Order: sequence, then structure tokens, then C-alpha cells
Amino acid sequence: MADVQRRLSNGAQRIDFAADPARYRHWKLKFDGDVATLLMDVDEKGGLFEGYDLKLNSYDLGVDIELADALTRLRFEHPEVKVLILRSGKPRVFCAGANIRMLASSTHADKVNFCKFTNETRNSIEDASENSNRPTICVVTGACAGGGYELALAADHIILTDDGSSTVALPELPLLAVLPGTGGLTRVTDKRKVRRDHADVFCTTEEGIKGKRAVEWRLVDEVVPNSKLEDVVKTRAREFAKKSNRPADLKGIALTPLQRKFAADSVEYGSVAVSFDRKARIATVILRGPKSPPPATAADMTSQGAEFWPLKLARELDDAVLDIRANELDIAVIVFKSEGEGEQVLAYDKFLDTNRDHWLAREIRLLWKRVLKRIDLTSRSLVAIVEPGSCFAGTLAEIVLAADRSYMLIGKRDGGNRPPAAIALADINFGAYPMPNGLSRLQSRFLGEAPALDAARKVIGTMLDAVTAEKLGLVTFAYDDIDWDDEIRIFLEERASFSPDSLTGMEANLRFGGPETMESKIFARLTAWQNWIFQRPNSVGEEGALRRYGTGQKPVFDTKRV
Amino acid sequence: MEIMNVDYSTRIPNNVGLTEDARVLKALETWHPGYLDWWRDMGPEGFQESLVYLRTAVSVDPKGWAKFDYVRMPEYRWGILLAPAEANRKVPFGQHYGEPAWQEVPGEHRAMLRRLVVIQGDTEPASVEQQRHLGKTAPSLYDMRNLFQVNVEEGRHLWAMVYLLQKYFGRDGREESEGLLSRRSGSTDKPRMLGAFNEETPDWLSFFMFTFFTDRDGKMQLESLAQSGFDPLSRTCRFMLTEEAHHMFVGETGIGRTIQRTCEAMQAAGVPDPNDIERVRKLGVIDLPTIQKKLNLHYSLSLDLFGSEVSTNAANAFNAGLKGRFQETKIEDDHRLENSTYPVLKFVDGKIKRVDEPALTALNMRLRDDYTGDCGKGVERWNKIIEKTGVQARLELPHVAFHRQIGEFRDIHATPHGELLDAASWQKRKDEFLPSKADGDFIAALMKPVSELGKFAGWISPPKVGIDNKPGDFEYVKIAA
Ligand SMILES: [Fe+2]
Ligand SMILES: [Fe+2]
Repeated sequence: MADVQRRLSNGAQRIDFAADPARYRHWKLKFDGDVATLLMDVDEKGGLFEGYDLKLNSYDLGVDIELADALTRLRFEHPEVKVLILRSGKPRVFCAGANIRMLASSTHADKVNFCKFTNETRNSIEDASENSNRPTICVVTGACAGGGYELALAADHIILTDDGSSTVALPELPLLAVLPGTGGLTRVTDKRKVRRDHADVFCTTEEGIKGKRAVEWRLVDEVVPNSKLEDVVKTRAREFAKKSNRPADLKGIALTPLQRKFAADSVEYGSVAVSFDRKARIATVILRGPKSPPPATAADMTSQGAEFWPLKLARELDDAVLDIRANELDIAVIVFKSEGEGEQVLAYDKFLDTNRDHWLAREIRLLWKRVLKRIDLTSRSLVAIVEPGSCFAGTLAEIVLAADRSYMLIGKRDGGNRPPAAIALADINFGAYPMPNGLSRLQSRFLGEAPALDAARKVIGTMLDAVTAEKLGLVTFAYDDIDWDDEIRIFLEERASFSPDSLTGMEANLRFGGPETMESKIFARLTAWQNWIFQRPNSVGEEGALRRYGTGQKPVFDTKRV
Repeated sequence: MEIMNVDYSTRIPNNVGLTEDARVLKALETWHPGYLDWWRDMGPEGFQESLVYLRTAVSVDPKGWAKFDYVRMPEYRWGILLAPAEANRKVPFGQHYGEPAWQEVPGEHRAMLRRLVVIQGDTEPASVEQQRHLGKTAPSLYDMRNLFQVNVEEGRHLWAMVYLLQKYFGRDGREESEGLLSRRSGSTDKPRMLGAFNEETPDWLSFFMFTFFTDRDGKMQLESLAQSGFDPLSRTCRFMLTEEAHHMFVGETGIGRTIQRTCEAMQAAGVPDPNDIERVRKLGVIDLPTIQKKLNLHYSLSLDLFGSEVSTNAANAFNAGLKGRFQETKIEDDHRLENSTYPVLKFVDGKIKRVDEPALTALNMRLRDDYTGDCGKGVERWNKIIEKTGVQARLELPHVAFHRQIGEFRDIHATPHGELLDAASWQKRKDEFLPSKADGDFIAALMKPVSELGKFAGWISPPKVGIDNKPGDFEYVKIAA
């Protein structure tokens, strides 16, 4: 199939991941004390790209960008909320899943980025429940199919109305010859623990399952008649709110709009600067350390709000990574650099650690955890360059550990007067930021080297020079000034010459060593199985199911099993 | 085995050899008590013990298939009746065009076929539920009998669909059969599947409109299912169509007689202006503008039953050979529709426009167009009645964009002439187009039961001929005290 770049709606040039509640087209947030309701009410004409209508609450990346924004805002702007209710704002349909016409006309890269982002957002729903004590109840009225049910699966509790026609369904296989692979299959077996043969029936039954059987098969938690639905929703919300240990009367902070300046070859944020060398296919992301020491108290942190350095940096870095993922497809390598004082970064980490039970400090660390995972899951070669004047310490050291390779300069740069490069670890590097495989980046790094992990623990808080860092295994290579420029240049040129596909596959394999979690399984299967099927003629060929969907004509399959 | 005559030796009359099909016979016998409970709970209220002069099918021979007799409705012989098999029938359309018609369900189309049967099946008991209170306000014994005839036949149509479910769809089919008895028209908890079947039928004018417009939608659906490559469905629907004709007769003549009476009363009283509603109403008849509003309501609700103009489901069902077009075998084309188009009315850039769509996905639109043509003929016959009395007025079908909940025009407001309105003007003017509360109250006030032999309520004329050629004062219903 022709992988033709599509046109964004309304003449937009980039996919923008920053959303503003005042301009949401697809979601409505309502608050009632400690219960928030997020209503999905997709604007048919609000597609991100041209050429399709978002009928029946079907969604595209644009709908998901707003959802992700709403979920993040809930955490920071509405900490008083103890329970989130997720439901449809349309009668007789919950959500018909990802828009099929959008998928059929998508480029492969768009599809991959879309599915990845979608699942990252679903993970954040689960994370809010697990780590912020703010569970989600999903209320399903009407048809809930494909991605619609996958979204419901992210909730802690699914209520299905028992009106004789509302169903939950994963019709991807029988209807479109693709997979409910953005978490659907894996959450059905691993999270809801649906018996595998029941899951087999469920995933091949286009019309889905309703009523009692949906409960018996663990696909939903309860079915409720329409007339009792609102009462049950209220009762469940109260029950879940009571279980939450979140303090009452918290006041949120405002997530003010990101300050961004887009130029031809750069994006300037404030704490983050991105520059593109498109010929060399390299994006350089510079992270800037704090300009002042951390505030004295948690209350001061709250009054700094979105300007509080760790929060500001996390938001900007997240946006920068998403922007590169979606809009800079030819970039092969992301080079991470930093500027600032490592000690200052450690001071902020210490501040966050001391105030770890304060809601905002907790949310900021959780946000960092998600941003770092987003970096782990970015299919570009990741390189950290540790030079004089950099500040890869504590939280920022995670970037070095997340990179496929890291290079550190020994001593001073010829002619420079900056002190030699140093990195430092903090407590925060030993468990606060688990990867999708459930391990810290250090654990993942030293899978077979328990002594190395212990040695790293012993140097917490120490500024480490290049030779020591290399010896401790914290960076890949340490070079002195004589070799530095050439080694890095040659590495980057070599990297850009390899097959992008095989790099994506290799890097993903190597990044996630060790155990699997539901999260790592979903991303791996999404990238492997789902995207393989999305390449196959049986789904995307001229006679494939995705292409023929809606024409009434039957797909023609290549019947060989692979 | 082909049986033209109905076997009444079993508890369930049939011409499908049920005695030799122990599995299905048992399934139907298991379902039967639940059906009777449903009939007692949801069937005609207050007349279950009355003796009604009803026709019962004794054969499926198109000539003389019915016999008439008095029967208590719960004792009506509901049965399984299929039209005679056509020798060597072929799938008449879609990707399997020309292959032998299926006598068993093809596995790959099972779910789709079951859904078609369930949706059709769900409408049958729904209308009985909607009409259950009407016996109490019948304008005559003749009309009361017609109502009950329609009701028992809708019950039989339910049996027809349940037979297919139980014979061909295994455990799922049995569950769906139970579902058909557990949903209720207008219920919040278990509503019927389609919108129009959850609306009230509050009075006899609504009943006549319903049997004219909504049963005619049923006819169109049955016509297209009668083309099905799945032969048992085709044969079932072909026989149901012979019954359906009577339902539409009841609707068309019911409205015709209402119009007749209104016009005659106007002429006799010297009220020439049909829009002089107050004076017309004082004559104890239903004014023509109100009849037009009722027509607007029922026609627009019925159009919604055809689904979205452009529909993947319809395309799939056609391509799979399950649901064809109206009079498919009489259409001269390739019967595959892979390369042709069909004009569809759509709402594009704020205007109502005709747009060519792939014919496969435009099948709902096409069936709806056929339906509109069919309705139009009936409306013209009503206009003839008006014309003959000398009253200057005409009834007409509203524009397809008027008052729609489904399809292209669901998000806009339009007048019955298809002029667009904003939401505020619609709110202000909708009582001009649709029956208002006051209109409903006026009609309700006229709905006084008349049960004397040969007598009719003042708002409706007697029929030209009786049922089964019975005289005017025939006792069509022996009402039990
Ligand atoms: Fe019927
Ligand atoms: Fe009927």
C-alpha cells in the first residue's frame, strides 16, 4: 500500500501534543466534590487528519492527545479528586474504538506512534490508581468495541448497562483482520484474567458479549439495569473514594501553557532546547539544570506551581520527545546533553525525596517516571553525551542510563575553562523510576552484576569523573579530548547508516532485558505482532480487510499461516 | 419433504416437519410457556377471554391459505409456516451470486445472519406491546377485530423468527429467543432494539399510521430478506409478507375512513376551510392538518428504521448474500454492485445534496427510496378520497430531512418541506409540524369505545366491505364480560 503522508486538518503543519481544556473538542470534565467525570463526546468533524469523520465516538491521535492532557491536568490541577468516572457523552454508544478509516489511510509510522501514545495514556490511567490512589470507574452504556473496550480495560472497575443491547467487544480480528493489540489482548488475559478459551471466543465474536456472561467471563465487573445505573455509579464512586487515602481539601496548581518557540531547525522551551541537524538525521536535546536552589518548603513548591524546575523540565521534555516522535520521522538519533550544576539537581532530588508524601512532589516524581518510560519506548537511537558543564545527576542521570550508549569526556575540553564532566547518582536512581519491565534502569543495566549495583549504591551523592563512571559501568565509553570528536562523529555516522527498522528492533530488545510485566508485554507485542499484521496484505493490501472495510466487499486472504 | 398443508397434530402447527425434528420441537415447546406468559402480560389488555373472529393459516398455498373462526387469543394456533420451496433456487445477489441457495447457515455469515433475524424478530412483539391498550377505545368491533388480527399475526411473526433462531443458531439462538421475550417496548431497562418500536401508540389514528408506515417498513425489510440466499429465511419471509399485506390494509383503510368522515362532516356542516381547525374539531372529527402532523411523525420515525443512508452493515449483508434489494430478482443488473453507484441525499457543507455513493454501501438508501415510492401511492389514494368529497386539501409526505434521529440529517432541523431551521426556530415551530400535546388531548377525547353491532365512532366511516364478506352488523368480537 502507498504510504502517503496525510494532510493534517485545518492546515496544521505539526501534530501538537499540547492541549488546552478551553479548546477541547472531544472531552468534557465535570467535578462533583471528590468525584470527577470525564465524558467522551467526540466531535465527528474534529479529526486530526483530513479525510475521515470520527463517528460513534471513535477516536484518533487528536482525541487521545486531549485525553492524555485531561488525565495529567486531573493529577495536578485537581488533587482533591479521589475517583474518576469515565463514560460516554453520547447516547447508545460508549466508544467504537480507533477510527477505522483513519487507520486504513494512516502511514505506518503514524499508526505505530498513535498506538504507542494511546497505550502510554492507558498506562497513566492505571498508574493514577496504583500510585496516586485515584482509581477509575468506567461506565459502559451502548456499544463498547475495540479500542473503546481497551480504554475501559484501563479502569479499575467496569460497569456495563444491562439493556439487552450494550456489549463489550474486541472485533478487530473478525472484522478487520488486525489485533486488539494496543493492550486489549494482554489486559484481557493478564489484568482481568479472563480464561484463555473464553478470551478466544470473545476476541473472535464481532458483536461482543453482553449482560450476565460478560460478568461471568470477567470482561466487566458488574452489569446494572439502566434504571439503577446512576445510583450504582454513585454508590461505587463513594466506595472507591472511601478506600482512597488521598487527603481531602487539596488545592491544585495550574498547568500553565508550555512556552515554546518553533523555528526551522529548533524548538526552544526554556528548560529544554531541541535542535535538528536534518542532514545528519540528529536531534540534540539539551536539558537545563535549575537556576536556583530548591524552595524551603512544600508550600513554596506549590506556589511556584508549573514553574517549579523539576515539573517544568518534565513537561517540556515530554513534549519535546513526543514532537520528535510524531513530527520528525527522519531523525535517527536523539542526542541528550545537559547544562547546569549537578549538585543543584541533587538538591532538588533531595527536596522531592524529603517531601515524597506531599501530593505534588509525588505527582512530579510519577510524571518523571512516565516521561522516562516514554524515552525508553522511543524508537530512535538514544545517546547521552556527558561533557564539561553538564548536570547529569540524580533524576537527570536516568537519561544517561536510558540511553543506548553514553559517552563521557575525560578531563577538560581543549581550551575550555569549565570543570571536567561529572555525573552523580541519588537514592532516586534505585527504584523511584522503574522502567516498563518493572526494574530500575540501574537494575536493568546490571542484570548479571549484583556487585556493580552495590558499588553504584556506595557512590550515591558523589560527583563521579569520567574514568570512575566508566569503571563503575555507568557510561559506555569515556574518551579524552584527543579522541572525543572523532569517536562521537564516527559513531553517529555509523548509526545513521544502519537500517532504521533493524535498529528499532534491536534497541527495543536490548533496552528491556530481564523480566516482563504486563506493560512491557503490551509494548513488545504491539510493536511486534500488531505492527507486523498492519504490514501484511491480509489487512492493508488492496483486497485486505482494513482496505475493504466499509465497502461491503469481502477481503481476500493469503491463506498461508506464517 | 414439502408440505403445503399445515400439520395441526402437534402442539405447534407447522409445515416444516416438526414431528420428525425432535430437537427443535423440544426447544420450541420449552419456549412456548414463556411466550404465552408474555402474551398474557403484554398482549391485548382486557380482551384475552373474548372470542375474536380471526383468520388462521391452514395452508401456505397463496390461494386460500386461511380460514376464519372465533377464537380466544391465547388459544390462537401460532405456528411455523414457510412458503413452498422453489426448486433449484440460487443465491440471487452478492459474492455468491448464482450458487445454490443455502439450506443450512453458512458458518462465516452466522453472526450477521443471526443479527438480522434478531432485529427483525424484535420488532414483532414490540408492536403488540405498543398496541396493547387500544382494544379499550376501539371505534367499532370491526376495527377491534382488525387490531387483534394484526396482533396475533405479529405474534406469529415472532414464532417465525424464533423457529429460525432455534433451528439454525444453536445455544446462541435459544438465548436470543429468550431475549425477544424479555425486552419491552419503551422500557428503560430492556428497551426494544429500534427507536420507533419504543414510541407509544396512544390512539387509533397512531395505530393506523403505524400499520401504514411502520408495518410498511416491515414489509420492505421482509421483501429484502425474502431475497436471502439462506433459503429458510427467504421462505419464512415470503409467507410473512402474505400476512403483512393485511396489516397495511388496516392502516391505509383506517386513515382513509378517518379522512372520509372528516371531509364528509366538513361538507355537511358547510366548513370549507380545512385549516379552520376549531370549527372542524367541533364536528367531532379529526381535522386534516392534525392528520398531516401525525403522518409527518410516523413517516419520519419509520425512515429512521432504514438506518444510515450509507451503511457498511447493509453492504456486508448484501455482499454475503443474506439481504437483497426490493424485488431483487426483477432488477436487471449484475446483482453484485461492485462497480455501480447510487445517488444518496446527504448533508454537505450546510446544504442537502445528492451525492453518488458506491451502490453497495447505499443499499439502505435504495430500500428507503422504494419505501417512499410505496408510501406515496397510498397518500395519493387518500388524496383521491379528499378530492371526491370536494374538500380543497392535500396530504403529503414530509421531506426526508424532516425530524430525523438517524442518518445524514440527524443533527439538523428542517421543515416538512426541507427548509433548514436553527434550533431556536425549530423549538418555536415544531408544533406546526408534529402533533402537539393539545392535538394529542383532542384525539384522546374522541377515542370513545363503540361496541354495538354495526356501529362506528363518529370520527371514522364504516368500511366498504366486511372481513370475510360478513355483513355490516356482524359480531366480530364477542366481548367477554
Ligand atoms: Fe410483522
Ligand atoms: Fe405487521
